[in-house]
Formats: sequence, C-alpha cells, structure tokens
Amino acid sequence: MSPTNIFAPASTSAHAIVQLSIFVVAIAVAVFAVVGGLLVYAVVKFRKRRQEDGREPAQIYGSTRIELAWTVIPILIVFVLFLASARVIFSVQAAPHPPSALEVTVIGHQYWWEYRYPGQNVVTANELHVPAGERTLLTLLSADTDHSFWVPRLAGKTDLIPNHPNTMWIEPSETGLYLGQCAQYCGTQHGKMLLRVYVQTRAEFDAWIRAQAAPARTDEVSEGRRIFEQTACINCHAVAGTPANGRFGPDLTHLMSRETIGAGIARNTPENLRRWILRPDDFKRGSLMPAMGLTDSQLDAITTYLTSLR
Amino acid sequence: MYGLIAAESAIFVIFVVAYLFYAGKSVAGPTPEVLHAPWVPSICLLSSSWTIHSAVAALRRGDVASFARRWLATIVLGVVFLGATAREWRHLIVDEGLTIRTNLLGTTYYSLVGLHAFHVTVGLVVLTAVWLFGAFGRVAPADAERVSLVSMYWHFVDVVWVVVFSVVYVIGR
Amino acid sequence: MTTDPTAVTTTRMGGRPAALPARRPFVDTLHDWVTTVDHKRLGILYVGYGLLFLVFGGIEATVMRVQLVRPHNDFVAPQTFNQLFTMHGTTMIFFAAMPIVFGFANYLVPLMIGARDMAFPRLNAFSFWLTAFGGLFLYFSLVGGYGLYGMGTAPDVGWFAYAPLTAKTFSPGHATDYWTLSLLVSGFGSIGTAVNIVATIVCMRCPGMTLGKMPLLAWLNLVMACLVILAVSPLTAAQLMLLVDRYLGGHFFDTQAGGSAAIWMHFFWIFGHPEVYVLVLPAFAFVSEIIPVFSRKALFGYPAMVAATVAIGFIGMSVWAHHMFTIGMSAGANAFFVLSTMAIAVPTGIKIFNWLATMWGGTISFKAPMLFCTAFLFQFLVAGLTGVMLSSAPVDWQLGSSYFVVAHFHYVIVGGILFAVFAAFYYWFPKVTGRMYGESLAKVHFWLFAIGFHLTFDFMHVPGLLGMPRRIYTYEPGRGWDAWNLIVTIGVLFQAAGILAFVVNLVRSYLRGRPAGHDPWDAWTLEWSTSSPPPEYNFPTLPVVKSRRPLWDLKHPEDPDWTYE
Repeated sequence: MSPTNIFAPASTSAHAIVQLSIFVVAIAVAVFAVVGGLLVYAVVKFRKRRQEDGREPAQIYGSTRIELAWTVIPILIVFVLFLASARVIFSVQAAPHPPSALEVTVIGHQYWWEYRYPGQNVVTANELHVPAGERTLLTLLSADTDHSFWVPRLAGKTDLIPNHPNTMWIEPSETGLYLGQCAQYCGTQHGKMLLRVYVQTRAEFDAWIRAQAAPARTDEVSEGRRIFEQTACINCHAVAGTPANGRFGPDLTHLMSRETIGAGIARNTPENLRRWILRPDDFKRGSLMPAMGLTDSQLDAITTYLTSLR
Repeated sequence: MYGLIAAESAIFVIFVVAYLFYAGKSVAGPTPEVLHAPWVPSICLLSSSWTIHSAVAALRRGDVASFARRWLATIVLGVVFLGATAREWRHLIVDEGLTIRTNLLGTTYYSLVGLHAFHVTVGLVVLTAVWLFGAFGRVAPADAERVSLVSMYWHFVDVVWVVVFSVVYVIGR
Repeated sequence: MTTDPTAVTTTRMGGRPAALPARRPFVDTLHDWVTTVDHKRLGILYVGYGLLFLVFGGIEATVMRVQLVRPHNDFVAPQTFNQLFTMHGTTMIFFAAMPIVFGFANYLVPLMIGARDMAFPRLNAFSFWLTAFGGLFLYFSLVGGYGLYGMGTAPDVGWFAYAPLTAKTFSPGHATDYWTLSLLVSGFGSIGTAVNIVATIVCMRCPGMTLGKMPLLAWLNLVMACLVILAVSPLTAAQLMLLVDRYLGGHFFDTQAGGSAAIWMHFFWIFGHPEVYVLVLPAFAFVSEIIPVFSRKALFGYPAMVAATVAIGFIGMSVWAHHMFTIGMSAGANAFFVLSTMAIAVPTGIKIFNWLATMWGGTISFKAPMLFCTAFLFQFLVAGLTGVMLSSAPVDWQLGSSYFVVAHFHYVIVGGILFAVFAAFYYWFPKVTGRMYGESLAKVHFWLFAIGFHLTFDFMHVPGLLGMPRRIYTYEPGRGWDAWNLIVTIGVLFQAAGILAFVVNLVRSYLRGRPAGHDPWDAWTLEWSTSSPPPEYNFPTLPVVKSRRPLWDLKHPEDPDWTYE
C-alpha cells in the first residue's frame, strides 16, 4: 500500500477530487469500452479473407445523420464532465474558511521547505505539523525557483512561484504521517526535496507548538557552539536566542525534534548529522550546503552541539 | 508574405502583451513620465507609407523616374524616424538614466521599441537596395509586383508603429 | 479536358525504377544533396535528420530508464539526469518530431496536389539548414565546456525551461544559452517552412483541384502550417526576451526585480500546446490517407474531417493554460480552460469515428502500414481519454506533473504520432525509393514495438496515480513505485529492438528490396500516378483532377467519384 496513493484520501479536498476522479474514470472506461469494442469488431469482421474476389467494397462517402449523432453525444458528455469539474473547482478554490483556521507560510527553497507559523511565532523546516480535524491555510512562497507542494493524500498540488504568492488549504481527518515531495522541477536536487506532514491531535499539536516556540537552550557555551558561531554556519542557519540568524538554510533551533535531515532524505541520527556536515554530497549531490572542511574534533564538537538543540 | 506578416505580428503581440503586463510594475527607477511622444518622427514614418504607395503606383504606370524620386523620399523619411529614435534613446540613457538594465520599464521599452526599430532598419536596407537597383536602371515596370512586396512590408512596419505608439506613449503612461 | 496522369509513366510500370546514374564521386553526390532545392530531396534530408535525432533522444531515454530501474540507483549523477530529460524532450519535439513531419509534408504535399515543387524552393532549403544547425548547435553543448564527461554544458532546465531557473542567477554558464539559441534558430526554420507549405497549398494546386478536392493530407498540413506560424512566433518572442535577460541584463523573467515567472509559462504554453497539434495533425494526415487505401473505401465524411481539423486548429490555440492548473489561477480561469480543453475532445472524437466508419464494411488488408494505423487508433483513443481526465482541473491538481502526465503525453506522441509516422514510412517507402520494404521484418518491428510501447507506457500511468512526480532522478523505496518502474524499463528494451528491426529493414530494403512499381497499393492520390521514385519535375505533364480520388476515377471509369462529390 503506497503512502502517496491519491486514491487513499485523508482530507476534505482530496476526498472531493477522488470522487470526481472516479466519476471521470468511469466515463472514460465506458467510452473506451464502446469505441474500442467497435474497433475490435471492425478489425475482426472486415479483415480481408483469402477467398475474396478482389472486387472493391461499396463506396460510402458519409452520412449526415450518423455524423451528427457522434458529434452531439460527445458534446453532451463533455458538458456533464465540465459541470462536475467546475463544481469541485469552486468548492476547493472558493471555500470559506473558519476564522480559527491555523495559518502557515510555506517557503520553498532550493531543495528544502521552510515553515513559519506567524500566529505562534514558530519557524521550522521540512516537517510540517498540523492539527487533525481542523483546517490549515497554507500561504505558498518561494525564495528562489518554482516548486510545488504535493502531499497526494491531503490535497492536490499547488505551485510555489517567486513573486507570486499562492494559497491552498488542507483539512486532514486522521492523525498520522503523510508523505509527498516537490512536484515542480526546481534544480539539481529536485528529486530529493521530500515533504513530511505530521497530523496530530489538538493536544499533541499544542504541546509541539509550545516546545517549538521556546528559544534554544543557551545556558552553556560549549566548544561546539563556539565553532558553530565562528564559522560560516551562521550565514545560513538560525538558532533562536543566539547570534546565528541566517535564513538561507533550515532553522536549527529545535533540530533534534525533527525525525529527518536533508528534507526528509535521512534519519536524524548523530552519525548521519556528522556525515552530512562532513560531506553533504554523500546524501545529496548538488545541494547548496557546502562541505565545511572541518577537522574531526571540530566535527564532533559541532555534532554534540547540534544534538543538544532539542 | 502574408505568412511572414502573420508570424511577425504574433511576435509583436507577445512583446506588446509583456509591455502592458509590466506597465507600472517596475520596482525602482524612472517611470513612464520620462517618455515623450515623438509626434514629428511618427508623422514622418506614417507619411512614408504614402510615398512608397505612390512610388509603386508610379512604377505600375511605367513612370520609372518618379518611382525613383518617391522611393528615395521614403528612405529619407525612414532615416529621419530612425535618427529621432536614436536621439530619444540618447536622451533617456544619458539624461534620465534609463537603460535596459534599470528596471522593467527599461527592459520592456527598449525591447519593444528596439524590435520595431530593427524592423525599420531591415526595411531601410531593402529599400536602399531597391533604390540602387533603380539607379542603375534595373527596375522596370514589370518588377512592380516584387517591389510591391517590399512596400507591403513597409506598410506593416508602419502599422506596427501605430500599435507601439499607442501602447507605449498613450496607454502605457 | 482530362489528361491521363498515368499515360506517360505507364512505360515504366512494373519495371525497375529509372536506372540509377552511374557511380559518381562521393563529393559530387554530397554537393548535390547539400545544395539541393528539390522538395523531395529536402524532404528526405528532413526525415533522415529527424530519424538521427530520434535515435539520440531514444538513447537519452534509455539511460534515464536505467537510472530509474530501482530506487536510490546511482547510474548517473543528479545533474546528468536533469540534462538528459532536458535534452530528451527538446530533441524529440524540436529535432525529431518536427523535422519528420516537415519532411513528409515537404515530400508529399507538392506530389499530392500535383505541383512540381514547393512555392519557394530556396526558402525551403534555407529553412532546412536553419533547423539542422539548430540541432547541431544544441548537441555541441555536449562537447563544449568540460567536454563529454558529465554531459558537458548541456542544458538542465527542462524542455519548457520555466523561469526563473533560466536566469543567470540559477543557470550560470552557457547551458541555457545553448537551449534558447538553438530553438531560436530552428524556430526561424520552422516558420520559413510553414510559410512555404501554406503558400504551396494556396497557390500551386493543379488544375481542377479546388480546396474541397484536396487530399485530406494537404488540408491537415495546411492547418498544421498555420498553427506553426501562430505558435512558434510567440516562442521566438519569448526566447528573444530570455536572451535580453541573459545577455543585456533585462528583467522580463527576473523575479527579483518584479519580473514574473508565470508570464514565461503563459508565453511558453501558448506555443507549447498548439505544438502538440502541429505534430498530431500530420499524424492524422498519414492515417487519413492510409486507412482508406487498405480498407478499399473512400474516406468517410470528408467535409466533417476538414471541419474538425479547422476546429482543432482554432480551439487548440485557446487551451494552453491547462498546463498551468496548479499555478494558482482564479477558479473562473481554471473553469474556462477546463471547458476549452474538453471541447477539443469533440472534433477529435469525430475524427476517430470517421476513421472507424471508413474501415466499417471495407476489405481491410493488414499490411504493415495498416497494422500501425490500427494500433494508432487504439492508442490515440486511450491517449484522448486520459487527456480528458487530465483536462478536469481538480484531477490535474493531483495528476499534473506526475508520471501519469508523462505516460499520457507519451501515449499521444509515441502511441499516436510515432505509430502513424511508422505507418507513413512503410506506406510511402516504395514511392520514395522505388523498392518494396520487407513485410515480415516490418511485422516483427510492429510487434516488438507495440509490446514495448504497452509495457512502458501502460504501466507508467500507475506510479503517477501513486504520487510519483516527474523529473526526479531517483526515488525513495517504500512508495509502491519500484515494480512499476522496473516493468517500464523492461519495455524500453523491446522498443529499442523494434527500432533496430525498423532501421535494418529500411537499409536492407533500400539496397536490395524488390522493385515496387509506381502504384504498389492500388491507391488513389496523385503521388501514385508518377514513377517511383518520382522524377525531379514530379509530373511529365501537370495532372488535371475532377475529384478527391483522381486515380479511382481512372481505374473505375464506370463509377467515378466526381459523380458523387
């Protein structure tokens, strides 16, 4: 069972699309059966047989009545399909939203996702958390090239286009982890720009928000933190409450609360983290994270520091 | 020729659409206020349509000498137009600081007007070639059909200018 | 007054084609071909050039399928994969499909309308060489820059090159310039050829051939050429803008300076969708000539076919934004493009029904051309139906940019257009070379290719339904995509074997095929009235026609067509 099957919807708009899809597929199959059947019949019935005498068959040039019939019937079918589609288009695009709906800004970057919860003052990356049974409005922006947000079980895709804000909404009915990935070619590592959406109960979600809104632990100044803040790391990465405030790369304030690194491509373990910092190309050749050329001891220290960001 | 004109029209349509789409969307830099409608050159260019038409008519009548005169007048009017465009650009670049890199106005303005000016230039080259043939006595009334193709192209360039003029100096401001 | 078009050529009937001239130095032959302005030779050059690039594009596709055979495969680097799909798409559309359909149009249109050449023979040669240099220029990118290693500086922006990926910021170096300049150059070539085709059909028809008596092939190519003029020009304009951006520092598509990425999408698809009809109308043309001859019946509903063609041309210009349902257009705009896109199913349906009715009651002989046409009908039906599914915007929100779309348009382009092109190859091969192709090897080709096609493209729909996006160089295990991708890749092997059989057949038959005579299919249109291969001047005396099937009238004086039309 595929975790990205569009025929296993778990959200309102995805349900509406599946119902429409089944209707459209049913009509297509019916048309295929009729026309394909006629074609097979013609091929079998009218093929040339050996005993034929070589005389030409009767020449028929056309028949207005028949031609009119096979013009009008498709027009009717098309009209029905159009009405069914238009209904879903408006029900998804013109849906009124409850004032309590959660708002999240999704920013596509070359090969990773930034999520900002402006009402909750939370910034995170690559793993989106939303409450079940409630509507979440997504504002879609891009920091560089075109991307597309596509989690098949939750909704159809919508593109993230620079200088062209888009919106979409999801309303998942069941808790769980929903997968997807970038669906608009965005550069070298488009193939590894994965999406993970965690749908939680309201209570779990509130707890997650509270933890994320807190600043990073800054009580102790470890060796790793010192290296982190004195190298180029902070040009791109932010750790709330410290001098690190870069925005080109994922926010690391609560790095260890995430299950994966590199936009969903590897489990977030200290070993993977260390290797990722040493040679990002091992995981994702062409990602914009540079290999920093650190010594082994520096690597260990930074890894220790990062794993303390819970 | 009609096919070529259809294709050329489609190209101009896209540039005009881009100009209108980006009108007023420049983030920084000069605004369309800096553009001044070039009335006199426009009248020159449009009246050249008349001179080329009467030149072809003269050729059809067999009046080669008056064909050559009117054809030359067309060339002169075209050169005046092109010179005026050059002066306008100089003014914009030097005095107003608007170049193709400055902002969206610069990009769309120079490419639309420049595309048209390029067509005027091509037209002038062809016109001059025909005039030189004429000067060496190689244009006869029997060539009226071929010469009229050049004139058709020139009319097209003029009509495009009417569109460009209204888009850039009337609607776009 | 009626001139018997066969009168002069009957002397050559059944015999060998006009004896080949004695061996000439290779340089002379080459010089003849390079400087030729003969529409038939240019047609052959176009088709040969297209076939060469079809093979290049096929090799690129094969490498991609090897990379995708299993998850996390490491056969090619990510960037190389991106270059491969960019080159594959660009090559197949602009340097394989377009030259092949232009080549057939070049060769056949003058012959079928009883003309001695195209309207502008020198423009014709110029256009061909522009297209040719465009393709060579694109492939020069492979050896430019860092050389062949890692595909050199081949473009990696995708064949529709969405902004702002093409901006200098995201695409430094010259990879994108190779893409845009090669399409610009070959675009001028396409426009030149299209103007030529229109002028030829409008001005050069033989006496008696009114527009309503033209073979349908000429009609379809007329509409195709008009679409090229109206559709390739916007692409040319957009490429000029991109060049202004890249070389002069303009901001047309520069999103940092207020430019718009969406407007590139509009400009590109205003070209891109009519382009599909540019390619498919000639395919319809081949099928519309072949099915009647092999069913031994007149084409059913000629006026409706012409009307449907013109309708497809017009509606085809107003459906482009169905490629853009996911970019956040308003609900009203989405609904409009759903309606216009679905509307195009009606004239297309009329065509399918008319072909079926042509076969109905006929005596169908399944020689290779007809086999390919029958498969075309079946596959084009499926392609049309998946197209209707995708035209419903909400369905497209799920399936757009997924492998379902990839499967859909390959069903159109391979299952539809390429099968029709193969049919045309076999049907007109005797006319072009004067020799018959090998029928049994042609059937081997058909079955190998058909099996390969269905293995690849039937099963390619499934990962799309399971959420696999296009243009990813590798994929995660555990998504339920693995088995399907394996089958898809296996199908490629069959297709490659089929192509091999095809090429062997062409070469062998050209060298050793038995003489075909001037009319091996007992067909009805004018090209079969002259010798095979036709003389440089096509017709000794210009034919005069009274109906759509002039040769039927000659062969059946007791019951000629013109008494019905």
